Amino acid sequence: METPSGIPVKAVYTADDLAGLPEAGSPGRPGEYPYTRGIHPTMYRGRLWTMRQFAGFGAAEDTNRRFHYLLEHGQTGLSVAFDMPTLMGYDSDHPRALGEVGREGVAVDSLADMEVLFEGIPLDRVTASMTINAPANILLAMYVAMADRQGIPRDRLGGTTQTDMLKEFIAQKEWIVPPRPSLRLIQDMLVFGTRELPRWNVISISGYHIREAGSTAVQELAFTLSDGIAYVEAGLAAGLELDAFAPRLSFFFDVHNDFFEEIAKFRAARRMWARIMRERFGSREPRSWWLRTHAQTAGVSLTAQQPLNNIARVALQALAAVLGGTQSLHTNSMDETYSLPTEEAVTVALRTQQILAHESGVPATVDPLGGSYFVETLTSQMEEAAWEYIRRIDDLGGMVAAVEAGYPQREIAEASYRFQLQVERRERIIVGVNEFAVAEEPVIPTLRIDPEVELRQVSRTREVRSGRDGARADRCLSALRRAAEGHDNTMEHVLECVRAYATLGEICDVFRGVYGEYREPAVV
Amino acid sequence: MARAARILLAKPGLDGHDRGIKVVARALRDAGYEVIYTGLHQTPEMIVAAAVQEDVDAIGLSILSGAHNVLFPRIAALLRERGVGDIVVFGGGIIPEEDMPGLVAAGIGRIFNPGTSLAEIVRWVGEHVRPRGVTA
Repeated sequence: METPSGIPVKAVYTADDLAGLPEAGSPGRPGEYPYTRGIHPTMYRGRLWTMRQFAGFGAAEDTNRRFHYLLEHGQTGLSVAFDMPTLMGYDSDHPRALGEVGREGVAVDSLADMEVLFEGIPLDRVTASMTINAPANILLAMYVAMADRQGIPRDRLGGTTQTDMLKEFIAQKEWIVPPRPSLRLIQDMLVFGTRELPRWNVISISGYHIREAGSTAVQELAFTLSDGIAYVEAGLAAGLELDAFAPRLSFFFDVHNDFFEEIAKFRAARRMWARIMRERFGSREPRSWWLRTHAQTAGVSLTAQQPLNNIARVALQALAAVLGGTQSLHTNSMDETYSLPTEEAVTVALRTQQILAHESGVPATVDPLGGSYFVETLTSQMEEAAWEYIRRIDDLGGMVAAVEAGYPQREIAEASYRFQLQVERRERIIVGVNEFAVAEEPVIPTLRIDPEVELRQVSRTREVRSGRDGARADRCLSALRRAAEGHDNTMEHVLECVRAYATLGEICDVFRGVYGEYREPAVV
Repeated sequence: MARAARILLAKPGLDGHDRGIKVVARALRDAGYEVIYTGLHQTPEMIVAAAVQEDVDAIGLSILSGAHNVLFPRIAALLRERGVGDIVVFGGGIIPEEDMPGLVAAGIGRIFNPGTSLAEIVRWVGEHVRPRGVTA
């Protein structure tokens, strides 16, 4: 038997297994370097994880209603899903946006949409996580412009922009300009964030999409930490003090079905990042050593067959995330293999977290599996396997060069094909799919996005363009172009553009014009 | 001996979820088909142009962003406009059961839902895709 990452699993583990692994025998205490057992000494006794359900669909007012609904039902942080045109830097009236507006997230074309999206949400009390990458600088600028206008001090704005372009090129594949200029724009955000937004997580280094694209847990761990190394190097190259920006880097991991491998992954990740920060980069600030992470249950593990079974999968994965010591969690809804979740399905997913938090007793003890012969051994084995990948990526010249060479992309494609063949051969059982299938599938309600949304959104964006001071918008866009061509920090210019109601598409066109559009070589 | 059927695999629209289509590409290739993959973020016009230029016998489409009801029928219509309506079109992705009849009526031969086995896709293609211009 072996884990999905290929780590052999024995029937029984004893103290002898730990003897061969230097670290495993003494995992230390929570809150102490290297934080295998958690970054805080009291963990969930001190503070429960943040329950942060990802939401976004339709136009800004539709999503705003869902935000209020979730907050009323006990969700403790917001998490915004943007639609495909927004992720790719196109306005809703761009020909390429046809059929996509508001379908897989909310459409945000200008500051006007952002203001509707957050209407009635106290920006100084609720933290917002935004899953936005290529145009992250623009969405962050919109958020700041909105808060500025409401008179909220910038140092009270808490939240996260994902901004992880490396994982986009590796896995999620929503990009605008090529990798190197993408990193330059991220450097500008890091500098701005470090100076202006002390509570903002500018980058959430994301393994989630790497895993969803088909990687193993070990690859997810290794590639994510390698991405983190690349961002630390980018921040240093931008002239920032390491410990001025490193404490604000946060992480995002996936949680799949293989229970113990997932728990071990979180434990290994914390230990490895602490090492990377202290030993590789020489950080002297413990807060820089902490791997703070959000986790999401695995969308790709859910099945269209017998969808109610997904509730059980999500509960299992959520428990693994909590036993792994995550700081924040999203639980997927049972209907996500069909569409974005209905209100009922998302409520069950949120309640699953609340049952774990308040009924299971699990949060009462910190790292309750610490010291388990099996979990400690697996943690060390995953760590070892991940270091091997990191060394290989270092040898290739770091993650940016590795991505340009297509290395992680190929490793992931291999792993996903291998997994699928195991399913085909029934070496891996997926309940309801290749075993325990039924002839008649239950029909569950799904969320329908009204096609009218696209028309309404297109006309709102056109109104914004015709109603604004056009000359001012043009001036701001030209100033941004000059900054992008030269070395000035682009963030302040992006802020001026959004304040002048330049649209997301227009701002991205500036970057496309200066840096060119990225096209991935189509390789299978 | 007849040539192997040529199949174009494409990702219309803006979503970057390419895990499924890449797995299908390898399975069809392993089954002996000639597979051409267009890469990501293709417009219906780009896909149809590639299909004509490559003289393919079938097109497999994958969408996970919910844009299928707009983009799949548009591709089928463009194929008919270009006089190559005999190219077999099939698709898959995050597509609700209730959308499938409409897509089939619009000219999509078959929609595969999540969890479909590779064997089933390969079998369907074997039964429905023949080299065009070759009478059986």
